[in-house]
Amino acid sequence: MTSDTGLFDELGPKARKRLRIATVVSVVVLIGLIAGAVAQLAHVQQLTARLWEPLIQWPNLRYLLDGLLTTLEIGLVAAALSLVFGTLSGLGRLSSHRWLSLPCAAAVELFRAIPLILLVYFFLIGLPTFGWSLPTFWVLTIPIVLHAGAVFAEIVRAGVNSLDRGQFDAAAAIGLRRGQTMRLVVLPQVFRALRPALVTQVIRTLKESSLGYVVSYPELLRNGQVIGEYNANFLQTYALTAVIYIVINFGLSRIADLLDRPRRPRRTTAASPAVPTVPSETLSLR
Amino acid sequence: MSVLFAHLGELLTGLLTTLELAVLSFPLALVAGTVLGVCRVSPIGPLQSAAGFYVHCLRNSPLLLILVMVVFGLPYLGATIPLFGSVVLGLGLYFGAYVCETVRSGIAGVPIGQIEAARALGLTFSGVLRQVVLPQAFRSMVQPLGTIFINVSLASALGAAVGVQELTGSARQFNLDYAQPVPSFIAAVVGYLLITLTAGQLTGVVERKVRVRR
Repeated sequence: MTSDTGLFDELGPKARKRLRIATVVSVVVLIGLIAGAVAQLAHVQQLTARLWEPLIQWPNLRYLLDGLLTTLEIGLVAAALSLVFGTLSGLGRLSSHRWLSLPCAAAVELFRAIPLILLVYFFLIGLPTFGWSLPTFWVLTIPIVLHAGAVFAEIVRAGVNSLDRGQFDAAAAIGLRRGQTMRLVVLPQVFRALRPALVTQVIRTLKESSLGYVVSYPELLRNGQVIGEYNANFLQTYALTAVIYIVINFGLSRIADLLDRPRRPRRTTAASPAVPTVPSETLSLR
Repeated sequence: MSVLFAHLGELLTGLLTTLELAVLSFPLALVAGTVLGVCRVSPIGPLQSAAGFYVHCLRNSPLLLILVMVVFGLPYLGATIPLFGSVVLGLGLYFGAYVCETVRSGIAGVPIGQIEAARALGLTFSGVLRQVVLPQAFRSMVQPLGTIFINVSLASALGAAVGVQELTGSARQFNLDYAQPVPSFIAAVVGYLLITLTAGQLTGVVERKVRVRR
């Protein structure tokens, strides 16, 4: 058994024996921990059927699934809008015009430096004092778009900056203007490299949509709270809610991994096998 | 604006509470994350999977859900801890998963020659980790850990949703009391900027101090 970190390699007979003992001990400890938790749950009577039954009754389940649908709706709408906002402000920040790059930089830095919930509260109780009251969906979604978009703007900026200088030089050499270079050369490559980040963006917005709990918008967490209150089984309902979030987000993160994987071997074989990536960067003219 | 200055004390108390939340939950996350990270790189299969399971579960659920579970769920388990303590616990457990991934990539970033040399000297697995790998890994982790600290202090704002009167909570309260959205939210933004910028600067200083020159 060799670890990819190189911390240990092929074990001898003695070490194998020790490893077996450690494995058995850790299994015992882990089972002990789980048993302890279950015993404690039983002790405080949280395992009684009365508390779990509501979760398999269709009306309750349906209410949770409705919440899930809303969560997905907010997540997808916010992710899509945040990609647009993020790309525009990320590119704007790279612009050579200061009147464009400064406001973009300020917006990105501001929205990254404050907590999302503060922004939500501002939209929820701040804006109405000016007589602007948005539908609750947008009170929740706009802050998520601004926040997640600012994060994505930095990802786009890093993506553009990590692109080989030669790409810009080549584009300039064939006479493309800055805008054309971005549109025809840079962005297609950046977005191909950022495919996993696009999926991660959906995970981010799905998680952030749980702030519906704060604005009482019927998404998954809020509906879980309502069901838990109604059936007096908070622990059980929240556990199910957590499982739903985890299954969906874990599935999405696997997709992100898959999008990330097939490129790697191809790049290492196709791009110059003898010369590693470092020299190409140091050689390029700056 | 004058109302704001008259009641600046309330917001300052909120700022202090935010700082306390961050300063107390970050070490918790650090300890939890280091233990988890060491489990994930250890040769012991069950520990690897258990730590991996924990990290996947926490990273894929919303922090607010974790906070709500800890704050409103723990009492049902027979553990009554004060509200402030449960928020610290929730933040620590949640960001422990992120620290774990940072520790893992920090360990992966230690050159393999270092590890081979340590093993050639006859150090055991725990010796290699404690005396050679972790000291170097932690140095390369200063920047990511600083980012996690900033994230912890921003995320502590979710405490407002479960009833902790930290900076966001007091800005919200101030706004409810005096209907002054712009000054109160600007004050809160300034408070968060103070924390994040200071943390960023400090991280930079520490990073330069402890960097491993190779």
